[in-house]
Amino acid sequence: MEIAEELAKNQKAISVAEFFEKNRQILGFDSAPRALITTVKEAVDNSLDACEEAGILPDIFVQIARRGDAFRVIIEDNGPGIVDDEVPRVFAKLLYGSRFHVLKQSRGQQGIGISAGVLYSQLTTGKSTVVTTKIGSSRPAGRWELTINTSSNEPEILSKEVVDWDRPHGTRVELEMEGSYVRSRRQSIYGYLKNVAIVNPHARISLVEPDGNVETFERVTDQMPQDSYEIKPHPWGMELGGLIKMMRYTEKKKLKRFFQSSFSSVGGIIAQDVCKLSDLDPEMAPSKVTHPEAKRLLAAFKEVRLKSPPTDCLSPIGEKLIRAGLEKEYRLDFMVTSKRSVSVYSGNPFLVEVILAYGGNLKKDGKAEILRFANRVPLLYQQGGCAITHAIENVSWKLYSLNQPGGGIPIGPVVLLVHVASTNIPFTSESKDAIADVPEIVAEIELGLKEVGRKLRTYLSRKNALSERKEKEVIIRKVLPRMAQKLAQILERDEPDINPVVAKIMGNLMVRRTFSRENGQTFVKLVVANYTDAACKFKLHETVSVEADLIEPSARVTPLGDGYDHLWKISLKSGERTTLSYVVPTDGTSFSDPVVEGQPEELVTGARVVGS
Amino acid sequence: MKDSISTRKHLLGLVGSLYDQFENGIVPQISIPTRTKNNIEYDPNDKVWVYGKQKSVRSVKTVRGAKSLLKASYLVGLLIDEHLKHDRGSTLREIYYISENWDMAKFGEQSESDRLVEDLEILTELQREDFHVRPEEDGATIFGPLEIKESTRRGERRIHCQEDVGEAGYQIPFIVMHPTIDFLNFH
Repeated sequence: MEIAEELAKNQKAISVAEFFEKNRQILGFDSAPRALITTVKEAVDNSLDACEEAGILPDIFVQIARRGDAFRVIIEDNGPGIVDDEVPRVFAKLLYGSRFHVLKQSRGQQGIGISAGVLYSQLTTGKSTVVTTKIGSSRPAGRWELTINTSSNEPEILSKEVVDWDRPHGTRVELEMEGSYVRSRRQSIYGYLKNVAIVNPHARISLVEPDGNVETFERVTDQMPQDSYEIKPHPWGMELGGLIKMMRYTEKKKLKRFFQSSFSSVGGIIAQDVCKLSDLDPEMAPSKVTHPEAKRLLAAFKEVRLKSPPTDCLSPIGEKLIRAGLEKEYRLDFMVTSKRSVSVYSGNPFLVEVILAYGGNLKKDGKAEILRFANRVPLLYQQGGCAITHAIENVSWKLYSLNQPGGGIPIGPVVLLVHVASTNIPFTSESKDAIADVPEIVAEIELGLKEVGRKLRTYLSRKNALSERKEKEVIIRKVLPRMAQKLAQILERDEPDINPVVAKIMGNLMVRRTFSRENGQTFVKLVVANYTDAACKFKLHETVSVEADLIEPSARVTPLGDGYDHLWKISLKSGERTTLSYVVPTDGTSFSDPVVEGQPEELVTGARVVGS
Repeated sequence: MKDSISTRKHLLGLVGSLYDQFENGIVPQISIPTRTKNNIEYDPNDKVWVYGKQKSVRSVKTVRGAKSLLKASYLVGLLIDEHLKHDRGSTLREIYYISENWDMAKFGEQSESDRLVEDLEILTELQREDFHVRPEEDGATIFGPLEIKESTRRGERRIHCQEDVGEAGYQIPFIVMHPTIDFLNFH
């Protein structure tokens, strides 16, 4: 026998299950604490997806209990349940699921998740997984004991019985596995569920920890998230192999009809144009298209003007719900959101939502807290390798009043929440820890971050101006009056008039009236100075019990009740001042305060203000 | 040492300028030589270091400046109305405690009032002894081969700070200038 023939004997197919048995890190089972987190994550993702599709407000119960050296993990939901035929394969067959072939935003994508948990449980403890499910109140519940046959990747049913279950509908999974339970870190079951609760404010989630402690994340809204729809592929980003495969298996008889019915954003005119551009007969059978012709078709799609993929296939969380979710978990001073419109990478529509929260009880000198979400699923691991983190690091936060020593993640009492929704999130690995650096996605996230950054800058500068104003109030209300009093006391003189100084410090319009008496006459002088940084146009009234003499400059005088109103129209540029004067007899003349008409009250010192 | 009438005049001049600034609509401020190491120059005539030309301005535009000028006004008030008028005196520490009574003008800690006394010395070109302010009752001592002449109430004494005193040394009086003290010899 030749060596090649000898070697050929050893070649054999590897089942997916066997492959993952040896490469568990790919699925996120690489460490003891992580195995538990991943199992809970996969089960909770499934439950939320199922509830959402069935229009049920999710009620999810998670329990972790010690069983000797191992842990027992229970996840129960009030979802629609699973029909008998499907149960074994949903839980005990890898790569079985409803979402892989569908272009729609959902948490699960491949159908690996929970069955990987089942596989891991079986590998580490040898125990089977128990599934209880019920699809309606009039139907009995089924209880299954399942394992995976790792060489064939087929479910093995150890037992199946009908049981009584007091729930109207739902699913309960019990797995036993090795692991270790951590609490205090962000990368923990508690941390994961907390983040799930933030972006799923319509869900109620309770967690029973191994020590018996119960944590409940309450539902804050009864509003279900916006429905997402299935869409057809968009020609942008379509690959040659994919196109050839679609053309071979399509039921449509004519090329033009095939394009119209199999792709989104392609109508009759576009289909016609594409066929013409690639020199093909629109009436020919798709299956007859040759390899070079398919290449020409693909090139033609790049030349025609196509509409963007439809956007209603995506379900953003929405500003209101994210706010509600965040406010539930943090105490905050300020929150802004940015929702970018839908964009496309490689034919997949995606959209980005960004929230920035500031202040409250967040740590002032720590790095900003980053909350990453992909299709509403929190991403806990590999923060450093994620497109979201990279986008945050690319933004120059100093422009938005945050410190960013040495570049990287900004410093300050800030939470940055970024949610990327897409029909197909490009993860860096199957364990779905980090979003790949797709340039279109990074760019969109950066734009969103800059938008919230601008709003933060406005907020912070307004806050600064306010505290400056408050500081000045302290000076003029408390310090200066005491100082004037003390100076007068030491010098044994009258208290000085502090109004001009107050006006200068506050940047106000100042009116200062002084009297000098001589030969039975009172000479009145009014100094008006504009210390504001804008031009002021206003009216100044002096109400005196007699009509004044020697008025300079001239004023309009009108009798008013017992006295006379003297009116000057004044217009002063910033920094200008003017002097008004008049003379009245000293005896029997009474004055009231000068009145300014047509200026905001807080901008005037030394006169009463009336509205114009 | 200056007599108390001229000291009083200097201090009144200081508060008078603040008062006039209010009256003239000028934001009250005082400028004072910057007290940093870069702002000292050696004066070869007097053989001492003196302040250079750099000045820093304290104005009521900021809360800090305003409070500092308020405290200065209160302190001058104390010096004029209590010390000079009634010929009394206080130690630095006493001044700090007296300010407990001054509401917003109260000193945060003694170093603050000490510094303000120094500011007044610089601004008036007088010495704290002129204000009847002295350091702690129990001041520093010196021990070494220095001979001085001190005018005491019992007449003039010549004291050698090593041979004429005990192990505890010679107690430095709070005024160490002519005519109270004359440095005679160093041997």
